[in-house]
Amino acid sequence: MNAPTLQPRTPATAMLVVLGGIAMLSGLLVVLAAQLTAPLIAENQREAIERALVKVIPGSVTYRRYKVEEGRLLPAGEADDDILYAGYDDRGRLLGIAARAAAQGYADMIYLLYGYDPGCECIRGIQVLKLAETPGLGDKITKDPDFLKNFEALDARLDAAGTALLNPIVTVKHGSKRNPWEIDAISGATISSRAVGKALNRSAQKLLPAIRPLLLQIHRLEEKG
Amino acid sequence: MAADSLSFIFLNTVLANNFVLAMFLGLCPFLGVSGKLETALPMGLATTFVMLVSSLCAYAINLVLVALDIEFLRLIAYIALIASAVQLVEMALKKYSPVLFRALGIYLPLITTNCAILGLALFQTFKGYDFAQSLVYALGAGVGFTLAIVLMAGLREKLALSRLPSVTQGAALSLMLGGLLSLTFMGFAGLGGGHG
Amino acid sequence: MSRRRDDRLTWETFSEGLWRENPVFVMLLGMCPVLAVTNSAVNALAMGLATTFVLVASGLLVSLLARYIPRQVRIATYIVIIATFVTLIDYSIQAISLDLYNALGAFIQLIVVNCIILGRAEAYASRNRPLKAVVNAAGMGAGFTFALLCLGGVRELLGAGSLFGFDLFGPNFQPWVVMVLPPGGFLVLGGWLLLFDWMKQRGRETEPLPRGETVHGR
Repeated sequence: MNAPTLQPRTPATAMLVVLGGIAMLSGLLVVLAAQLTAPLIAENQREAIERALVKVIPGSVTYRRYKVEEGRLLPAGEADDDILYAGYDDRGRLLGIAARAAAQGYADMIYLLYGYDPGCECIRGIQVLKLAETPGLGDKITKDPDFLKNFEALDARLDAAGTALLNPIVTVKHGSKRNPWEIDAISGATISSRAVGKALNRSAQKLLPAIRPLLLQIHRLEEKG
Repeated sequence: MAADSLSFIFLNTVLANNFVLAMFLGLCPFLGVSGKLETALPMGLATTFVMLVSSLCAYAINLVLVALDIEFLRLIAYIALIASAVQLVEMALKKYSPVLFRALGIYLPLITTNCAILGLALFQTFKGYDFAQSLVYALGAGVGFTLAIVLMAGLREKLALSRLPSVTQGAALSLMLGGLLSLTFMGFAGLGGGHG
Repeated sequence: MSRRRDDRLTWETFSEGLWRENPVFVMLLGMCPVLAVTNSAVNALAMGLATTFVLVASGLLVSLLARYIPRQVRIATYIVIIATFVTLIDYSIQAISLDLYNALGAFIQLIVVNCIILGRAEAYASRNRPLKAVVNAAGMGAGFTFALLCLGGVRELLGAGSLFGFDLFGPNFQPWVVMVLPPGGFLVLGGWLLLFDWMKQRGRETEPLPRGETVHGR
């Protein structure tokens, strides 16, 4: 309902002033919110990753973040995306490294973290970070105990030349796993299971040959001076 | 097909992850405007056009936002962009095709609040698509949206002539139809990504 | 000064959003989140509360600033205000729980194009005093949350056999998985609308006719 008293035609300046004022107010509120919540959000993310790291590098208590650059392992900064996590036990010995992997699943991309143990040259565990698979079917890859058993010692040895996996990681039909580098798919969730295999194989083929010679550099946790 | 190849993105967005039937974006026009085929198709095309324009500009704006480290302004920037794009389209239609402009009526400015457009801009940013991928994604989203509302319009036109319990008229019917359409589109899931 | 005819704060101010003018079931607004995030009751509740926050906050600000905003730019201004609060709640949810944030996904940011909020700002908040605007917004938010819970509850119950994460039917329950998938959303909402429409029709049939009036078709 309009006011009984007519509003004078608003000049352009009045409109600009109001819009500008609102824009400034809004900008201020948003910046404030961003600043206030940034530390909390970072903390949440750190906690989430750490929970995943404990699962994929069993026995680990401390972690360091690294990135592979020009054939060397350098400590990764906050902004770096493509990083590895090195997990150490309470005596500072390197237990394993964790990296991310992703592949297209049934509905959308599946993102996971996997832990590699250089001692046994095998993958020790996976943790699905994000998935949009069918609830009750595809999302079983996060919970199905038989499926997760695949990753307790998934063979990821390198070939003689050290440039690729000796046996590519592959997902096989449910019930037909014969070799330690195979993943037994969940029956009824083949595509999601295959995605996990694809993701791991892709990442491992790229990462493991690159870091094997570099692991010696970080096999003991040095106290930062 | 590789997961981020252009053809995969297109097919995926039109069929398997259809913006309306799988991602629930763009429902207001889907339920509201899709009563007649002759308004549904132009609506779909207008929306597709706005999507393409918004996608391009959103990509550019995002580069600026990231460069200046003011990413928290993203939402406000995107919505301002979309409102302007719609305004432009409105003015263009008014000038070049007043008939269409009148036919679409209130639904044209409502494209601004069409979650599909903002959703498109946001998703393409979250997925980190590059320029070509964003364009294809926008095209796929628009085509998928048009496909959905044209299908719905066709169905409803047919049903307008049949006898149904009066209680199902209106939105309940559209939703049931939408559910059935969504169910059929689920059959496309895994398209192109199933093997290899 | 412009004032609406009835400036009193009544129970109706709050309750009309709950039932008579329920934004989802009656006005059919804000559909996108209703179907998208109601695959579980928790998500539905969180979305409802987030939307209510934006409704109330933007309603308050719009009502306070209404007289200073020139008519021509009012929609743009409302949108900026709404977008600001949506950004705020977006960051807040991230800070509270990353799991929840990932579950709700982009739909938090999509609250900004939820037609309910802009509609309410234009039709109500800009024309009423702040207290009324806030109460009405709260009612609308409550109605919206109620609708979301109706959907989320049914979908989670049928599609996963649980409610708010509490397993209700035990391990032998065969979930009707389609309920938590997109088609289920459409079908369940359609079902609720059918129910409410039917209830309304029954109510109309049993009402005594006012004297002298003929019955017109629906």
